Amino acid sequence: MTHSATVANHEHGPAKGLSRWLFTTNHKDIGTMYLVFSLCMLFIGGAMAFVIRAELFQPGLQLIEPDFFNQMITMHGLIMVFGAVMPAFVGLANWMIPLMIGAPDMALPRLNNLSFWILPFAFLMMLSTLFMDGGGPNFGWTFYAPLSTTYAPPSVTFFIFTVHMMGLSSIMGAINVVVTILNMRAPGMTLMKMPMFCWTWLITAFLLIAVMPVLGGVVTMMLMDVHFGTSFFDAGGGGDPVLFQHVFWFFGHPEVYIMILPSFGVVSEVLPTFARKRLFGYTSMVYAIVAIAVLSFVVWAHHMFTVGMPLAGELFFMYTTMLIAVPTGVKIFNWVSTMFKSSMTFETPMLFALAFVILFTVGGLSGIMLALAPVDFVYHDTYFVVAHFHYVLVPGAIFGIFAAVYYWLPKWCGRMYDESIAKLHFWLSFIGLNITFFPMHFVGLAGMPRRIPDYSLQFADFNMIISMGAFLFGMSQLVFVYNLFKTLRSGEKSAHRPWEGAHGLEWTVETPAPYHTFATPPKVD
Amino acid sequence: MNKRLSMLNRRITFSLILSLLPTSVWAAWQMNMNRGVTDNSVAIYDLHMIVFYICVVISVIVFGLMFWSIFHHRKSKGAVAHQFYESTSIEIIWTLVPIVILVAIAVPATSTLLDTYDHSESDIDIQVTGYQWKWRYKYIGEDIDFFSVLTTPDEEIHNKKEKNPNYLLEVDKPLVVPINKKIRFLFTSNDVIHAWWVPDLALKKDAIPGFINESSTKINTPGIYRGQCAELCGKNHGFMPIVVKAVTETEYIAWLATQKVEKAKMASASKKTWALAELITKGEQVYNKNCMACHLDTGMGIPPVFPALKDSSIVKGSLEAHLDIVLNGKSGTAMSAFGSQLSATEIAAVVTYERNAWGNNMGDFIQPADVENLMGAAK
Repeated sequence: MTHSATVANHEHGPAKGLSRWLFTTNHKDIGTMYLVFSLCMLFIGGAMAFVIRAELFQPGLQLIEPDFFNQMITMHGLIMVFGAVMPAFVGLANWMIPLMIGAPDMALPRLNNLSFWILPFAFLMMLSTLFMDGGGPNFGWTFYAPLSTTYAPPSVTFFIFTVHMMGLSSIMGAINVVVTILNMRAPGMTLMKMPMFCWTWLITAFLLIAVMPVLGGVVTMMLMDVHFGTSFFDAGGGGDPVLFQHVFWFFGHPEVYIMILPSFGVVSEVLPTFARKRLFGYTSMVYAIVAIAVLSFVVWAHHMFTVGMPLAGELFFMYTTMLIAVPTGVKIFNWVSTMFKSSMTFETPMLFALAFVILFTVGGLSGIMLALAPVDFVYHDTYFVVAHFHYVLVPGAIFGIFAAVYYWLPKWCGRMYDESIAKLHFWLSFIGLNITFFPMHFVGLAGMPRRIPDYSLQFADFNMIISMGAFLFGMSQLVFVYNLFKTLRSGEKSAHRPWEGAHGLEWTVETPAPYHTFATPPKVD
Repeated sequence: MNKRLSMLNRRITFSLILSLLPTSVWAAWQMNMNRGVTDNSVAIYDLHMIVFYICVVISVIVFGLMFWSIFHHRKSKGAVAHQFYESTSIEIIWTLVPIVILVAIAVPATSTLLDTYDHSESDIDIQVTGYQWKWRYKYIGEDIDFFSVLTTPDEEIHNKKEKNPNYLLEVDKPLVVPINKKIRFLFTSNDVIHAWWVPDLALKKDAIPGFINESSTKINTPGIYRGQCAELCGKNHGFMPIVVKAVTETEYIAWLATQKVEKAKMASASKKTWALAELITKGEQVYNKNCMACHLDTGMGIPPVFPALKDSSIVKGSLEAHLDIVLNGKSGTAMSAFGSQLSATEIAAVVTYERNAWGNNMGDFIQPADVENLMGAAK
């Protein structure tokens, strides 16, 4: 059912040379740039994790000084969140949303170009702070005031500007997604017929539009405190350092769903394909995402249980946080039901999706434990928390991205990746990840605080294991890069629909996807 | 010859293995939370275990079903997909069942939280103030007020000496409290946000500049309980431990008495006239404990955030200006006011030390009594 209109459009190919990438308004080119950028950031952020884990390999200070350690943990967090995970999802959205809803391109192509090209400059500026006098941001990715205001290095101003740029880019990307999905669906594709990936991205985009301005607000308040003599976060002038945390986490909690919802969407595409069975409970899956998104606005202070909130506040945020387990549970049960009585095969995208379901559930369960305020007094700011959020973000967000890339790569480049190398990548990642992050639960419960460059002796053994796991996990990503280059250079030619069980409009176009697709909209019944 | 070589070989291998695994000597594979030594910590531990077991049961069911499907419903075994894809009743069931489980968890969690928040009728009140990077304990109504600073030597941290068993968890003066008494802590901070955390008391609370948080505890067993700062508070966040020494009531009363004697001794020290060499020796100790973290043992600091003292215009300038910045700090920077933290003797000593160390060689010095007059005049 190859679309005939695409063939007629072949003469409008990409421009030649660098200008193709600088001035492009093509959703596929921009999607590719986002994904490549995100891969670079994954390796830069990963290199910082290497530095952190090398220092923590043994007790004592061996390689770096504590202040540089703090810069590394800060940059690692910021780069992974804003540089690796979020741009990767925007890249996937750019590539796939038009193809999945039968639209010729994104609704606002010039905005699209701008929202990408802001990013490399934002991150170059942020990385440059590491070489400035006094070093880069050293106050953690959550940058609590007054450590990030009165006590910050001078480079904090650059950090604030970087956050503004990233926020601008995210908001523009999100507006583009909302406008595209609401206006450019092919005739007959009602919202409730839309692929799950588009649904998750629609909700994510609304979350982004709602909370990125809040992040912009909080860094602006910081800027005022640092340079213009205000006292938003300084009790000495009538302000309150805790206000910072409330505003930050009002952004920060929806932000963690921004990083996981598109992965939910990817898994909801991949599982049915390789189970050869429709997604179980589509309608309830949509409602669950909406419920998660709404609840994400009323749980923020569970990040601040030890801050000295009144009892009523503790109870409110404990109950709402526990409630999030309900829609999340619905999603997991629906995925398991999709697998039940199906006909599964285990190609690499499926392996990543299955690992996602298992490991995300582990992270979700430790989330229920953390939701309980009295027990959180012990867990808070320990490695137990570090284990929890890495379990939801690494096998959650990152494995979701890998599943998506292996799933759609044949459509993007027209070539099939090497299945055995891809499986090697999966298994090394899976083992490395669990060696890295599972023992973090133990050291956290045993009492190791997070964000320390050196630790007391009872944590030494597990930390050495964690570091070795981290090196394994990091190195195994090189296998992915190797496979990527191998596929692009000499991969076998892929069929239009390489996966037996795949449905959806993206598989109806030629392989590789032509530069322009769906110039005339397809009809969906 | 050969034998010797193989011996040498074996020794090299052995030492290589040792250097790779020096930690095995300290092996401690603790995987779970401490039960702790207060009623509240035991309640929290029990709650933690209940929820943990519930999570284990949930994962056994979910993963069990999933793996059963993975093993049996695979295409290679000839499985054919059954096309069923929705059921409102089953969706309702797996929405309601988790809600019931959550309510069952919420009940004990709420009652434990209510106990934790009971700060009524304390026997002892202690104000805990976080500083970059040390803790200050002030026993309210007892005229006892001291700092508690990490004592792990720099050689151990930089791997020049073998680490002692309490590495990074040892302080010069622990917080001494009696058992079986309700202790109320009032937390605040002098600079950035810190968090006071002792795992055995299941007590973690943020110390926030300009605000006061409260928490209470009642320790059941005598012993030494160690903890750390839990909120990132700058470069030496990992180096400001907490040591709580819980003793019987008689021991506690005896300790209070010794503290008063010490205090009197300190007061008389400021009355005597000190020699330059004496002040420098004392000043070096004070410097290492209070100033070295930022300005470094070489006096070079980490500019621009922590300026150098060696050849500094302030340290080599007038004595009054130098004293002023040490006593009153510099607002908008990390330099805090030491007038409220150190005694007159300590301030005189550390200022004298700074003016004569690292080749500053000013040769001048100030007597504790003069500093005391200055501090008195400021008040």
